[in-house]
Parts: sequence; C-alpha cells; structure tokens
Amino acid sequence: MKVSARVAGTAVLAALTLALTSCADDSTGGGTPTGTNGGGSSSAAAGTIKSGLKIAFLPKQVNNPYFDTSDNKGGKVAVGEFGGSYTETGPSEASPSAQVSYINTLSQQGTDVIVVSANDKDAICGALTEAKSQGAKIVTYDSDTKPECRDLFINQASTEGIAKSQIKLISDAVGPAGGEIAILSATANATNQNAWIAAMKTELQKPEYAKLKLVATVYGDDQDEKSFQEAQGLLQAHPNLKGIISPTTVGVAAAARYLSGSAYKGKVALTGLGTPNQMRQYVKDGTCQAFALWNPADLGYLAAYAGGALASGLITGKEGDTFTAGKLGKFTVGANGEVLLGDPFTFDKSNIDQFDF
Amino acid sequence: MRESARRPLWTVLWSWDALVIVALVLVIAVGTSTIDGVGTPRFYRFVVLEAIPIALIALPLTLVIITGEIDLSVASTVGLTCCVLGQLWHAGVTSLPLLVVLSLLLGAVLGALNGVFVTVFGLPSLAVTIGTLAFYRGLAYVVLGDRAVADYPVSWTRRMISPIPHTTIPWFVFVVGALALVFGILLYATPVGRALYAIGNNDVAAGFSGIAVLRTKFWLFVATGACSALAGVFWTFRFASARADNATGLELSVIAAVLLGGVSIFGGRGGLVGVLAAVALLGVLRNALQLADVPANDLTIVTGSLLILSVVGPNLARQARDRLRRRRPIPALERTQ
Repeated sequence: MKVSARVAGTAVLAALTLALTSCADDSTGGGTPTGTNGGGSSSAAAGTIKSGLKIAFLPKQVNNPYFDTSDNKGGKVAVGEFGGSYTETGPSEASPSAQVSYINTLSQQGTDVIVVSANDKDAICGALTEAKSQGAKIVTYDSDTKPECRDLFINQASTEGIAKSQIKLISDAVGPAGGEIAILSATANATNQNAWIAAMKTELQKPEYAKLKLVATVYGDDQDEKSFQEAQGLLQAHPNLKGIISPTTVGVAAAARYLSGSAYKGKVALTGLGTPNQMRQYVKDGTCQAFALWNPADLGYLAAYAGGALASGLITGKEGDTFTAGKLGKFTVGANGEVLLGDPFTFDKSNIDQFDF
Repeated sequence: MRESARRPLWTVLWSWDALVIVALVLVIAVGTSTIDGVGTPRFYRFVVLEAIPIALIALPLTLVIITGEIDLSVASTVGLTCCVLGQLWHAGVTSLPLLVVLSLLLGAVLGALNGVFVTVFGLPSLAVTIGTLAFYRGLAYVVLGDRAVADYPVSWTRRMISPIPHTTIPWFVFVVGALALVFGILLYATPVGRALYAIGNNDVAAGFSGIAVLRTKFWLFVATGACSALAGVFWTFRFASARADNATGLELSVIAAVLLGGVSIFGGRGGLVGVLAAVALLGVLRNALQLADVPANDLTIVTGSLLILSVVGPNLARQARDRLRRRRPIPALERTQ
C-alpha cells in the first residue's frame, strides 16, 4: 500500500512537472532567441535548486517596459518554477547612486541573489562587494559591472553579434548605394551602448560596408522626448543622412515616431534594438524595415536560474561550469564569468505579430 | 517695533525645527519597531553615507536661501569637480591633498562665477544658476566625455567611507560636523548671521543699514561652490567613479532638505538645526521605506508630499497665528463698547 501510494505520488508529481514544462514551452512562442545549447533535462536541474531562495531583480530603473518584461515576465516565472521568492525593486531614475542605495537595502534584507543591471560598472562595485560579503550572490544582466564585483554576467548577446546584426540591418535598409548614417544612443556612459558602438565602428571598416559613413553619434539619455529631439536634430544637421541606428529601445521608438511623422519617412532608414510592441506600427507603416533584439523575458529567466544555481551551490561561476535553465536548456559559463544568451533576433513584417512584449 | 515683530517669528521657527526633530524621532521609532533592518548599525551607516553629500551642500545653501537667493548649480558643480578630479588623477597628479585642494579651489571659482553674475551684474540667481547648472554639467562632459575614471587606489576609496573605530558610522561625519559648527556659529552667533536674515527680509533696507549685501552674497556663493566641490571629492572616492553624470539631480534633494528644514524659499527665515534634522529625516525615511519594499514611484510621492507640506505648513501656521492675534482684540473691543 505504502509503495503504491508513493508511486502514485511520484506519478502525480511527474505529471505536474510535465504540465508545467509544456506550459512554459508554449509561452515561449516560435523563434525567440534561445540558449546556445538547447535541450537538457530541465526538471532534474530545476529540482536541485534550493527552494525558498530570496531573489531580487534590480533593473537600471523601474517603469521601463524592457525591464518590466525581463523581470516580471522572465525572472519571476523562473523564480516561481524553482520555488523561490521573487521581488523587483529599483530607482525611478537610472542613476548609479540611487542603485547603490537599493543594493544596500537588499543586502540588509538578507537577499540570497541580487540580479542587477548596472548603471555604472564602477560606482556600484563597493556596494555589491559589501552585499557579497554578507552572503548574497550577485548576477548582472543587461549591463555588467567590473567582473570582480559579481559572480556571473548574463550577456544578452555578444558585443560583436549585436554590432554585426545592426550594421547588416542598416546596410540592407540603406541599400547598395550606401551613404551617411548616424547612431542615436542612450546615455553617454552606458557600458553596453559604448561597447556596441565601438564594435559597430570596427564592423564598418569591413570592405562590404565601405559606402556607409558614420557621421554622428548622439545621446537621447533613454528619455523619449530627448531621443525624439536628437533624431530631429540629426536630420537637420545632416541633410544627406540615409540611415539611423538606435541600439536602445527608447531611442529607436522615439526615432521611429519622429521619422513616421516627417517627410523623411521611408527615405531615411531606421534600425536598432527595439521591442516588438513599441515598433509594430512603424514596421507595418514602412518607417523601419527590420530591427533586432533578444527576448528580454528569456534574459531575466536565464539570470534567475543562474542566480538560483549559484545560491544553491550547484555552480561557483568559474569558466566551464554548466547549469540548466528550465525551458531554455543547458548553459556553460564562459570566460570572465559570462553566460551568453544567444544571437540577436531580427524582427520584421513577417514575424513581428508572433511577439508580445 | 522691530523687537516685537521678531519674537513671534522666532517662535514659529523654533517650533518648526522642533517639529522636524520630532518627526525624525517618530520615524526612527516607528521604523525600528515595524520594519526589519531599520535602526541597525548598518542601517545608520548607509543613511549617513547617503546624507553626507546632501548635508555638505545644504549647510552653505541654507545661508544662501536665507538671503533670498538660490543656487541650482550645486549638483553640476559636484559633477564637474568629480570629472576634473578624475582627469587630474588620470593625468598623473597622485598627491591626495593636492587633488583635494585643487578641487576645492575649482569649486570656489565656480561658486564665484555664480556670485559675480548675481552681485556684479545684478542678475537673479534663479536664472544665473539654471544657466550654470547646464553650463557646468556641459563642461563636465567636455572634460571626461563618455569616459569614466575609476582606477583610484583602493586605500583612498576605502578610507573615504571607513567607519569611526568601534562604530559603523563613516568618519566623514566629523568633516560635516566641523563645517556645521562653522556655519552654525556664523549664522547664530555673529553679526554676519543677523545680517543674512536682514538681507533676506529686505536687502535694500539692509544695504541702507550698512550691511555689505553684495559682498556677503558673493562669499556665500563661493562657500556653496567650495562645499559642493568637497561633496564632489567625497562622491568620487565613495563610488570610486568620476563620470560626467555624477550627482545629476542632487540639487533637488538638497533644496528639498533645506525647505523641509523650515528655510523660507523667499528668504529671511529658517536655520541650520532644522535643515540638518531634515537631511536626516529624508535619509531615514527613504531608507526605511525602501526596506519596507515601498516602490520607487511611491517614494517620490512621499518626498514630494513632504516638500509641499514643508512649504505650505509654516505659511499656514503663520497665517493662523496672525489671524488669531488679529481676532483676539476685537471681542475685547466689543466688550468695552
């Protein structure tokens, strides 16, 4: 009797696990950028992450749809899957000092894992180190700190991968004749933006892009109004401009809004890193042919699993460590404690309606 | 006549100072008993670390606002000082005392520029310092651009926030304390302090009574610049990062503290006791609410409400008092008739 009850219990558990996993699979939708090595037995690894872990997401700022997706639609799901308690907290303005204050708060609350997107790779280091000494595991995502200040960095896409995709997209959109292009970035100090811009400049050196000429880089500070004005300013300052790359979700949406309502619509090409919901109408009205991004929900999901694995002692964050991140499969820690989510994904007219974030 | 006009004024001020201190004690008491983590030694350490730059700037700015002027460029002065300090270090200036002295000098010059525009050209400080707010921030970007200087010796950055032995409180509070003493004596115990209130109430009349209005204002702007620069030095080493956007928006936190501390934005009223209590109150409140998982949006609403209250509160209290005083004699008159 006892044995059969246990068997029945196991069967129910297995069925539940299956149901959960398949649900999760359904919600991914088709064609989202996924991990480098798909597959792996998700239920086994998920079971080994301790339950009850306190996992806190600390984005660059709250009220940002990108982080809302990564945290509340990715991280939260993952934390729920391995039975931890999830919180999202953070400043309303993207400033390093405000972020430090929140790191201190999380450290005082005895948080097990702090998943943070750094507003400044140096300025939040001291606070993170102090939190670490109090026993917290630190996972950075989206924007990294100095490697010694965190345990793992979940890289949404390699710098080269993004630069390649952005230059390819603008080159395709501008056409074979080439011409002047410009970059509309976020803040002048954003770690990731500057790395991407530097890599784009390198990519532009390639002979196939010889006809593209980068004439300006401007900063919209990830504010809608400012980005809009900077886009406007670019076209006034450079009447021959053929294309704009805006590798930030706020910037590309603001630039698209400006272009779609101006005489430049369809004449000045636009690409960048954007979210499908913000860009849908501009892709459909021809302002923007195609843009790229990873799936931020997957990024938050992977970061949560990485944090869970760290806090459960399954991995230490050294190169070669492997862990399983639920539906995304198995990941390997690379050099400098980095985990790569995958290649950027291109959204265009043909696939944009499959996404909702 | 002047004596009798002054006394109720001081009563109002004293009561507002007391009110802020009572609020501070209440927030600490309630927070400590209801929110996990509030009131611990680490809690006070973090509160003090956050309050130091705000307090440093609030000290001289209180005097500036008492004279009826304003300095909105303080946060940009912090940012520019950070950048110049970082750039000097980058360029090979490795003596810490020299770096600090040069930073303070820079701050004094930036403050003097504000002072010259206000006192020599007679422009309104609101307009002047909105201009220099943008101008100094712009210069900061000229100096460092999108770079950050972050490779300071660990001993410097650690020393800047190291605690007083056997406590968790950073030693830098002594610097703030010393400056508070200097500004406090200046404001409460010298003729200059009296003169500041006189200027704030009526600078033309103050001028006719022999007070050097313009010179006083000029030096207050210089002091504000220098103190902002000191905050910049602290900022740079505390965060181990000099960047052009350092301390963006800090002027609002400072002005919020000064106003909540009971200083009238129109000048002539207020004091340092209330302001320092307000700096502590805002810091404790903010950190306590963060520990209670209050979202950032609600936090700004709380700070905003406090600020409105601090502007409206003393005014309402004064009006109520005036009305009471005016009403009281009337029934007496009626009775005699």
